[in-house]
Amino acid sequence: MTNTHVVDRRLNGRNKSAVNRQRFLRRYREHIKKAVTEAVNKRSITDIDRGESVSIPGKDISEPVFRNGRGGRRSNVHPGNREFVTGDTIARPPGGGGGGGAGQGKASNQGEGIDEFVFQISQDEFLDFMFEDLALPNLIRKQLKDTLSYKYVRAGYTNQGTPAKINIVRSMRGAYARRLALTGNRRKRIAELEAELEALKKQPEHPDPALSPAARIKELEEEIERLRNRVKRVPYIDEIDIRYNQHLRQPQPATAAVMFCLMDVSGSMSQNHKDIAKRFFILLYLFLKRNYQKIDVVFIRHHTSAKEVDEQEFFYSRETGGTIVSSALKLMKEVMDARYPTADWNIYAAQASDGDNWNDDSPRCSKMLAEDILPKTQFYSYIEITPHEHQMLWHEYEKLLTPFKDRFAMQQIVDAGDIFPVFRKLFQKQGEHG
Amino acid sequence: MASTERKPISTGSEWTFELIKEYDEAIAEAARHFGLDTYRNQIEVISAEQMMDAYSSVGMPVGYHHWSFGKQFLQTEKLYKRGQMGLAYEIVINSDPCIAYLMEENTMMMQALVIAHACYGHNSFFKGNYLFRTWTDASAIIDYLLFARNYISKCEQRHGVEAVESVLDACHSIMNQGVDRYKRPSPISALKEEARLREREAYLQQQVNDLWRTIPTRAGEKSRKKQPRFPAEPQENLLYFIEKNAPLLEPWQREIVRIVRKIAQYFYPQRQTQVMNEGWATFWHYTLINHLYDEGKVTDGFMLEFLQSHTSVVYQPSFDSQWYSGINPYALGFAMFQDIKRICQSPTEEDKRWFPDIAGSDWLKTLDFAMRNFKDESFILQFLSPKIIRDFKFFNILDDDRDNEYVVTAIHDDHGYRQVRELLARQYNLSFKDPNIQVYNVDLRGDRSLTLRHFPIDRIPLQEKDGNEVLKHLHRLWGFDVVLESVEGDKVLSTLRCPPQNKAEVSS
Repeated sequence: MTNTHVVDRRLNGRNKSAVNRQRFLRRYREHIKKAVTEAVNKRSITDIDRGESVSIPGKDISEPVFRNGRGGRRSNVHPGNREFVTGDTIARPPGGGGGGGAGQGKASNQGEGIDEFVFQISQDEFLDFMFEDLALPNLIRKQLKDTLSYKYVRAGYTNQGTPAKINIVRSMRGAYARRLALTGNRRKRIAELEAELEALKKQPEHPDPALSPAARIKELEEEIERLRNRVKRVPYIDEIDIRYNQHLRQPQPATAAVMFCLMDVSGSMSQNHKDIAKRFFILLYLFLKRNYQKIDVVFIRHHTSAKEVDEQEFFYSRETGGTIVSSALKLMKEVMDARYPTADWNIYAAQASDGDNWNDDSPRCSKMLAEDILPKTQFYSYIEITPHEHQMLWHEYEKLLTPFKDRFAMQQIVDAGDIFPVFRKLFQKQGEHG
Repeated sequence: MASTERKPISTGSEWTFELIKEYDEAIAEAARHFGLDTYRNQIEVISAEQMMDAYSSVGMPVGYHHWSFGKQFLQTEKLYKRGQMGLAYEIVINSDPCIAYLMEENTMMMQALVIAHACYGHNSFFKGNYLFRTWTDASAIIDYLLFARNYISKCEQRHGVEAVESVLDACHSIMNQGVDRYKRPSPISALKEEARLREREAYLQQQVNDLWRTIPTRAGEKSRKKQPRFPAEPQENLLYFIEKNAPLLEPWQREIVRIVRKIAQYFYPQRQTQVMNEGWATFWHYTLINHLYDEGKVTDGFMLEFLQSHTSVVYQPSFDSQWYSGINPYALGFAMFQDIKRICQSPTEEDKRWFPDIAGSDWLKTLDFAMRNFKDESFILQFLSPKIIRDFKFFNILDDDRDNEYVVTAIHDDHGYRQVRELLARQYNLSFKDPNIQVYNVDLRGDRSLTLRHFPIDRIPLQEKDGNEVLKHLHRLWGFDVVLESVEGDKVLSTLRCPPQNKAEVSS
């Protein structure tokens, strides 16, 4: 009886505003980036990848319209009078130009009201902004045994498959051909008989019943009928006609990459230094995990001896000792040789240290880097966490900058605030390398 | 009636689709009983998130994409998640069928209330009120919005999101000056729009060339003075003027200006009938649900819950309360419709003096008449009774920047009723709310600058900072200098211009 129609819309149309939200984020990306950078610098190791609340000065996002300003003569009716009688006067509230204008409810003074526009961005969006425009340098596609990525390519037709893949045109074409082939002879015969029949029918009626074509005509008609029936029995479409599109899996050359994280945990590194190093590596780790699905990370921590450890131990173990940097490089070389042949892998390394090393060891380090490691890596970054004068290791490494300028970079971090800028500097996208 | 056996439709607070239908039928029957004339209804059950969506696209079910809706969404989401704001229980769209959104979080009572409020209250208002009847076309709006969205996203693909966005930004800034206040607009039709689109593009471009054809003559100062103004009459619809006359706009940009204008026009009646529309809907949900109760279709518990919601909807904090943010349109509107009913049914001596024509008349007819033929301003002027003024304890404050003090000029007493009523009505007059700005002149023979004029009412100036921002937008649309003069009589009080004039020495 009623004209009402009830619809359940809960299932569709979720995230309808997603586009508008993206538009908004795009428009204010500068503000958001700034907030993200600040947030990254402030955060502790464990919650570096949370979402973040971003605040934008209200004046930057206001949508201007023509509106009335202050002043002039205006009347306002308000409810809830208690003690006023006509003619009462109320002192204008002090403060240049009338502060808020006593209960001046609406539109008129809204313009200056909003200070900050604060909103939340999700963890995903946060990371997007954090790692925007960053990429591993010199990444090359290399053919690889460990083919995680396949591409499906068309490979003609097959007579087996799932109904979803039936190729109708091919199937119908096959069916048509089969029908032609199976009925060809009989059709020809029908045509002949029909011609004969036609001719007979044209003959004038013979007075002599013995010579009359009537019998022959009947015979012909029966034969034609029989043949027609046989033709009809050939099925319109048969199982053997059906063709399926065939797709084959082709292994794709993938970008396989491995990142070596080398961290100094010697006694000379104060807790603060270690913290900075860890935060740097956490950023790196998040970045890799997020932007490159298939990437190996090798964690190496060293003091006087180096050890390959898992993620957990790398970030949380408290073991410590003296410093021999070359031990880590040696281990890295061993791992590289054993597991990551250069032919198949893009090799990256990031090393963090306070620059304190056995003096004898530093030349050895740069020699190992120059001879064994750098030629095989796509990119090697060294960050030194120290507020002090650089020591031997930094100077030794500096010598490598010129010969390996496309694949070796070094940066200094003084305090936590430098981590993110340095990180961005190291992995800034370089235009032509994708 | 009260003693008859009660057969409530439901007793729990959970809703189901079957129950919604049953309640709808019961309410529809009650609505028929009172003679409400409505469009068909389409009730859509949505989630809280979708409600926020609907919110942030100003209730347009298929809005085009724009960052400002995203901003609105983020803001709503934040407030909602922190519990600083409850979502509206319903949003209703002036279309045929009339679309009403119900939130899935609502209780059964709430759903019934919303159905009564939106599907029968607002719906009948949309169908009956003269503003909606003449200014909007309920059957075409959804198609038009769809057309608009598709057109705008096509433009985005062709010209880039940013280019489209800057046009939309500019149009939004003068949306309030983009309506014909007096002229009846032609009805919206998506089909026709599309069909005429190409034709119009070519034609419009031709029209605009008139501006170009006038090759600037050598600055003959005398002849310039005699130039007739263009437009000959001042024009109040800035969007329309831009659409038809801005010399540098591309056809697609004109079309976007047109879309924003049409949508502004569509929403204009809503801005003019807040008190009436909400009051009417509130009056009817109250009346219809009470009717259900009288018929024994709802339980006492339902009724208690209902009354609690209802009273919080029509709560009016007084001016000195920390919750006060102006007059609550639900409260005022509801009180006025209730009051009209009272005047019809049991008029007092006072009512007979104030409302001789309606006192004692058939309340249903009188209410229907009031709903159909008024907007907020005229409705208040016509029907605000002394009783309401007393109940609300209305008083008027005059704030004149030439005086050092505010003055209470009228209160709820015999001398004040008429003044309060007039002033309150005026408060709802959009011509006083929005600054009065008109296109005054285009310098055809000179630099093609566009001059707008602002006519301050009661010496209330324009907010300058925002004014300057809007001028920047206008400048983008117009393509040449834009000047805004505040005038009183023929005296120019102040001038804003974009780009700001810093070549004073050149002109002098």
